[in-house]
Amino acid sequence: MRTKHLLSALFMAGALGLAGCGDKPAEESGAVIRIGSVAPLTGPQTHIGKDNENGARLAVDEINAQGLQLGGKPVKLELLGEDDQAEPKTATIVAQKLVDAGVVAVIGHLNSGTTIPASKIYHDAGIPQISPSATAVAYTAQGYKTAYRVMANDAQQGKALGQFAVVKMAAKKIAIIDDRTAYGQGLADEFEKAAKEAGGEVVAREFTNDKATDFTAILTSIKGKGADLVFFGGMDPQGGPMAQQMKRLGLSARLLGGDGLQNVNFLKLAGADAEGVVASSPGLPIDSMPGGPDFRKKFEAKYGVIQVYAPYAYDAVYALVDAMKRADSAEPAKVLAELPKVDIQGVSGPVKFDAKGDTVGGAVTLYEAKGGAWQVLETMK
Amino acid sequence: MDIFTQQLINGLVVGSIYALVALGYTMVYGILELINFAHGEVTMIGAMVALSVIGILMGTAPDLPGLMVVVAGLLLAIPACMALAFTIEKIAYRPLRKAPRLAPLITAIGVSIILQNLAMLVWGRQYVSFPAVLPRGQHEILGAHITDLQIVIVVLSLLTMAGLWLLVERTRLGRAMRATAQSREVAELMGVNVDRVISATFVIGAAIAALAGVMVSAYYGLAHYYMGFMLGLKAFSAAVLGGIGNIAGAMLGGLLLGVIEALGAGYIGDLTGGFLGSHYQDVFAFFVLILVLVFRPSGLLGERVANRA
Repeated sequence: MRTKHLLSALFMAGALGLAGCGDKPAEESGAVIRIGSVAPLTGPQTHIGKDNENGARLAVDEINAQGLQLGGKPVKLELLGEDDQAEPKTATIVAQKLVDAGVVAVIGHLNSGTTIPASKIYHDAGIPQISPSATAVAYTAQGYKTAYRVMANDAQQGKALGQFAVVKMAAKKIAIIDDRTAYGQGLADEFEKAAKEAGGEVVAREFTNDKATDFTAILTSIKGKGADLVFFGGMDPQGGPMAQQMKRLGLSARLLGGDGLQNVNFLKLAGADAEGVVASSPGLPIDSMPGGPDFRKKFEAKYGVIQVYAPYAYDAVYALVDAMKRADSAEPAKVLAELPKVDIQGVSGPVKFDAKGDTVGGAVTLYEAKGGAWQVLETMK
Repeated sequence: MDIFTQQLINGLVVGSIYALVALGYTMVYGILELINFAHGEVTMIGAMVALSVIGILMGTAPDLPGLMVVVAGLLLAIPACMALAFTIEKIAYRPLRKAPRLAPLITAIGVSIILQNLAMLVWGRQYVSFPAVLPRGQHEILGAHITDLQIVIVVLSLLTMAGLWLLVERTRLGRAMRATAQSREVAELMGVNVDRVISATFVIGAAIAALAGVMVSAYYGLAHYYMGFMLGLKAFSAAVLGGIGNIAGAMLGGLLLGVIEALGAGYIGDLTGGFLGSHYQDVFAFFVLILVLVFRPSGLLGERVANRA
């Protein structure tokens, strides 16, 4: 009985808190517009998460410095950074927290596995969400009018990777490993489809998880099947040791991965064994982005080396602000109505959304690790 | 066949690391009946300290041979972990020695979380990579690849286990440890300084953990503030599998768990026709653990609890 009272008291408090938020839309309460930014800020993917937040923060600081006017009044943007620990469970908690805090939009989350569960909460609250880096097809396939992304999705990326593996890398026997996250699995599925279409044979489909460091068992089994290419759908903390263990086991197969591997940290973790690894990244290489070199200068002056998605987080903020300017308001409903019309020249190229909320004409670039750096192989459209 | 040999080697290497960590769990349990959940974190601290030392040495004296740098890292990590375990025991467990058994168990979990977060503050949240300073020799045995590092890990583990066995069976300290394990009160009456024996148990376990930590990070090429958790869980399972409280059991349990995992992950997909994939690796290992415990509740080499008490 006592628990029940406590619960209802908590519920009341929560309801009051919510009501309090609803009473004063950000616009009128002192011209501060709150935008959420969610990414893992603790755990194995911290470096990538912080990168996203910094990208968004750079954009917010710039826009504030230029001065933004909505509805004839000057407004200031405030970025609320939250940590979803790359955990779907935590993602929904922080999503609710941001909604309760009265944010008008959210830039995030980083992983597909967290973006998708959180998207329901933003959808129910009616606030726009632009993910800089979630690439799982499922994210925008839910029919939510609030879900957008600025990066090519896994279907686009997996297709490019599958074709590249078979056509350009001449892979005949392909082994596929994924880390069972929405991102890893989605990418691996799309890769498998495209590779088979292009005429490659998939000899093994193995699985791991996003905390594992030991892949010797599955790699040995793959070796036994005579694979000449190993595709990994997952992130760099797994990819690094995987590259090392492949060499150690004497696998002659090449390692191919998606944007989860295409970052500085992978090169550090794999060390000398990174040599020859091929990985893709949606969009253009930072230096061939229209605004790339400029962005790099601005970013590195403030936050250090760019990990991977910072330009996209930056573009996501500008896309959002473009919609706000079109609506001349920061009210979520009005911004949502304008988001499909967004058309800006971002750092990563033109940012436009299709009817589903996917980015139009996302390019995918392939890189090879050579001499301790990622070298551009080619860009596929 | 060569694939099977390779899987066996993979399993033995990981298993010997599990075994080393499992020793720390089992020694403490044997004496205090306490599951020291912070032990996995002590392993992690060992790896982190060694990596820091290696990093500093490589920065200041880049001409030193790689092997020497790693040994220096290890030699500093061991006393660091020993001091850490001594402190943990003194601060977190000793005051609770007369408390109900659940209290020190909860404390152990608390210590584990504190250590994880401390490590996160000190070494950051990123994966720290193990510099490629070790020789990268490779050999082929029966069609399977084995590296120098793997041989060193297995040999060093076996030597450590043999050393520990000698210590427990053949020295005065070992006899005091066994006496304390049998009955703390009687050992105390016979003039054994129980406090010192318990401290020594923690410290020895930590020294072995430091070695295991350096091995793990060298083997996988990385270290991370979170790495102690899963490693500790696996090692604890290995100790239970072998019979917790039993030193030979921890060694056997560790090696077995490593091999079962490797074979499980390597063959489960093919054996079940793709119905169960390699992501069932952990499930497979823990399923064996449950099976063993159903038929032998005190583990493979464990004594019956009724006889001990």
